[in-house]
Amino acid sequence: MADAEAQPSQSRDLDKLLLRPGHLVGANFEPGQDLRDDLAQYAKVLVVGAGGLGCELLKDLALSGFKNLEVIDMDRIEVTNLNRQFLFRLEDVGKPKAEVAAKRVMERVSGVSIKPHYCRIEDKEIDFYSDFNIIVLGLDSIEARSYINSVACSFLEYDSDDNPREETFKPMVDGGTEGFKGHARVIVPGVTPCFECTIWLFPPQVKFPLCTLAETPRTAAHCIEYAHLIKWDEVHSGKSFDPDDPKHMKWVYDEAVKRAELFGIPGVTYSLTQGVVKNIIPAIASTNAIISAACALETLKITSGCSKTLSNYLTYNGVEGLHTKVTEFVRDKDCLVCGPGVLIELETSVTLQKFIDLLEEHPKLLLSKASVTHQGNNLYMQAPPVLEEMTRSNLSLPLFELMGKTAKSALHVTGTTTKNDKKTSVLRKLRVVFKGVDGVTDMDTAGGA
Amino acid sequence: MAEPKTKYDRQLRIWGEQGQAALEKASICLLNCGPTGSETLKNLVLGGVGSITVIDGSKVEVGDLGNNFMVDESSVGQSKAQCVCSFLQELNDAVKAKFIEEYPEALIETNPSFFSQFTLVVATQLGEDSMVKLDTICRQANVMLIFARSYGLTGFVRISLKEHTVVESKPDHFLDDLRLNNPWPELKRFAESIDLDVQDPVVHKHTPYVVILVKVAEQWAKSHGGSLPSTRDEKKEFKDLLKARMISMDEDNYKEAIEASFKVFARRGIGPDLQQILNDSSAEVDSNSSDFWVMVAALKEFIANEGGGEAPLEGSIPDMTSSTELYVNLQNIYQAKAEADVLVIEQRVRNILKKIGKDPNSISQTTLKGFCRNARKLKVCRYRSIEDEFNSPILPELQKYLTDEDYSVAVGFYILLRAVDRFAANYNSFPGQFDGGMDEEISRLKTTAVGLLSDLGCNGLTLTEDLINEMCRFGASELHAVAAFIGGIASQEVIKLITSQFLPMSGTFIFSGIDHKSQLLSL
Ligand SMILES: [Zn+2]
Repeated sequence: MADAEAQPSQSRDLDKLLLRPGHLVGANFEPGQDLRDDLAQYAKVLVVGAGGLGCELLKDLALSGFKNLEVIDMDRIEVTNLNRQFLFRLEDVGKPKAEVAAKRVMERVSGVSIKPHYCRIEDKEIDFYSDFNIIVLGLDSIEARSYINSVACSFLEYDSDDNPREETFKPMVDGGTEGFKGHARVIVPGVTPCFECTIWLFPPQVKFPLCTLAETPRTAAHCIEYAHLIKWDEVHSGKSFDPDDPKHMKWVYDEAVKRAELFGIPGVTYSLTQGVVKNIIPAIASTNAIISAACALETLKITSGCSKTLSNYLTYNGVEGLHTKVTEFVRDKDCLVCGPGVLIELETSVTLQKFIDLLEEHPKLLLSKASVTHQGNNLYMQAPPVLEEMTRSNLSLPLFELMGKTAKSALHVTGTTTKNDKKTSVLRKLRVVFKGVDGVTDMDTAGGA
Repeated sequence: MAEPKTKYDRQLRIWGEQGQAALEKASICLLNCGPTGSETLKNLVLGGVGSITVIDGSKVEVGDLGNNFMVDESSVGQSKAQCVCSFLQELNDAVKAKFIEEYPEALIETNPSFFSQFTLVVATQLGEDSMVKLDTICRQANVMLIFARSYGLTGFVRISLKEHTVVESKPDHFLDDLRLNNPWPELKRFAESIDLDVQDPVVHKHTPYVVILVKVAEQWAKSHGGSLPSTRDEKKEFKDLLKARMISMDEDNYKEAIEASFKVFARRGIGPDLQQILNDSSAEVDSNSSDFWVMVAALKEFIANEGGGEAPLEGSIPDMTSSTELYVNLQNIYQAKAEADVLVIEQRVRNILKKIGKDPNSISQTTLKGFCRNARKLKVCRYRSIEDEFNSPILPELQKYLTDEDYSVAVGFYILLRAVDRFAANYNSFPGQFDGGMDEEISRLKTTAVGLLSDLGCNGLTLTEDLINEMCRFGASELHAVAAFIGGIASQEVIKLITSQFLPMSGTFIFSGIDHKSQLLSL
């Protein structure tokens, strides 16, 4: 032991935390070299997003004892990323973020493996996500957060008393920033509120009423949105607007200027046009660094137990002085995503097709184009075509038979639903109970849908 | 393509081109480039500061590879300052990056005038002695200074300078400047020209709430001896009057008027924060006064004279339901008044400058305009010297923190962060820095901490065993995630100081990586 310590070690600083017993630590903390080695060898961490937060997270995690990292991001590098996404250089513009980020960190931190996935998060099978001990989110979209949250929650199982089973917990750490403000939070589905339990923290963006844009514009933003949402369609019938096409943006800007001049409204600039049309959120390196560091630290603490964990939501605000605040939010008992699942009672004769139709009308779900899996088996898949064809014959069979004739079992369905006028992918867990089958008690159905 | 503008687009949206220009002019000196220092600088280099000078006397060790991203295996044995500097240069070639291989402690001792060339010094991982000395040097040279330190799961950030004044404090929530409780003649006249009882329902629902409130408030004042609603009943009655004027339920302008009626009830005149700045002795200006205080002196005269108790008008109005024509006209009325106010302030500023023997045109009109637009939001930050705080912290505050549950961990770490330096001075290493003999280290640290508390005038108070134990466990380690957090905070504050925008932190920020219940301590 003493000899091992005398050797110069990359883990010099981290060892103090991982090898020594402590007083303010997690319940599962077992300090020692085994812990350090297990963290390096076995702990698998997924970083979702390779942008401002993702770049920082990969660096922070690679220097916090984790050696098995993967990162998923569908974007390519843009010039406007370079003021904060420090793993990218000008010559990287146009390349996939996940690939460049992974490569840069592996070049500098020896012994770390980072597997990049250049694709949409929805492109991965649910099983892909179950492989990780913990998922860290560095995203700027509510929809993407919501999707990953529902995936992590789908692994959560409940026992017959509706208590969450600890071995199915899939912890997440989520960060977000806007300008000088940000948040970091710990989500352990089944224990803490999930993203959906506190969805009210992220109110949808307020849009301008169309009649204001058309009839009584008052601000520069009104003129821009008029050009973007009304005039574009009038002039370019059928051709959809592409915010990443500079010619399209210039057209909107020119139209907005004309309209502003017509009404005597000041303030239309090209920069504002981009900001309004693309809904650009200001972003800087320092806030991303703060939030990512907090997320990486929580990831280390949750995985190793080397200290207590954040419970459960940290906000940072650097606009007026410096304010950090920890809030302990509580779970929504009726949450559709992290709860035991929406209870659905069915006759044993209901076919899979009929069941899928039912999901579309179910008031809590409103789920269209559903794919259905049961304990890892695909009962029906909408895509890809090969899988669709393979599972199509199941549609006419009774669900009861497809589910192995159990009285009560959980199902996972994925599909799309409309939220704030936007189509979003969702994953939902359902508890299906068949009527008139042995083993179903009144207790099981009490308080159901 | 204007490449830098595109590259900095996302930050230009926060601090604008003026803020960016200030950053690009700034020269930053970093003392010690472990992870805390190099992460601080990384965030500033990405943002495009003018130049950086990295000062560190150490060579890269294997242990550094585990916590510092800016060194790699090929760096071992080389100057850490050089390795960190060359990585930082890679991030942004617009930044002038250089390094000096020297220990900051030695530089502080032997070459104090060295620091006067910089805009700002970021001093990381320094012990108490060097902090005090450096603070004295930087205050004398008028160089901004920020300290940052990471230590296990704790750490601190502390700004130190005599005075920092902010015009563009850009607060998130600040009441708009509509003067509904005190309209000037042009606004009154404009309101008089509009008939609230207009028959056309489309016109009725497009009368801006500003006009509605000015008119209804005037009516109220006429029937109430010139005063505006002040009691709860009166306020309710006023809102009922507004409600009664609605001709249909979907009139958003009236809903906005009811919601904004508190602006009519608000007290006239300036707020207590601005009053305090006007009362500051620095507002009595002389030839040594800064432009900021000269403008404050003019502002004080304006408020007492032309302003009739009010600051210059801000001149912008929020969006509100309205016809385009009325909105644009209203905007013009506010803008005209703001411009007139700027002219008055300008005259007063020029006179004051002449009186104190300065060039009357030394403050530009753009500066004056910006000052007037932000007159209600001015901020002045002053920081105690490190020596004063260390020798005589504000005792009632310290005692309050020590007995307040919300602060107990943060103040505990504050005391312990100071105690470990005393410990190191006595025993030549930090508590728990090396393995073995932990029990003895713990009891020594406890004795040191209790001694420190009693020196500070807090006899009989002690810290929890848990915290002392943890501090020994930390053993002066610099964990990357903690360093990145502390460095992130430090760089954020540097940006606010250099751009003179937003409000920098006050007091000492104590980080608690255990539960994130960090605190600001004013000592
Ligand atoms: Zn939930």
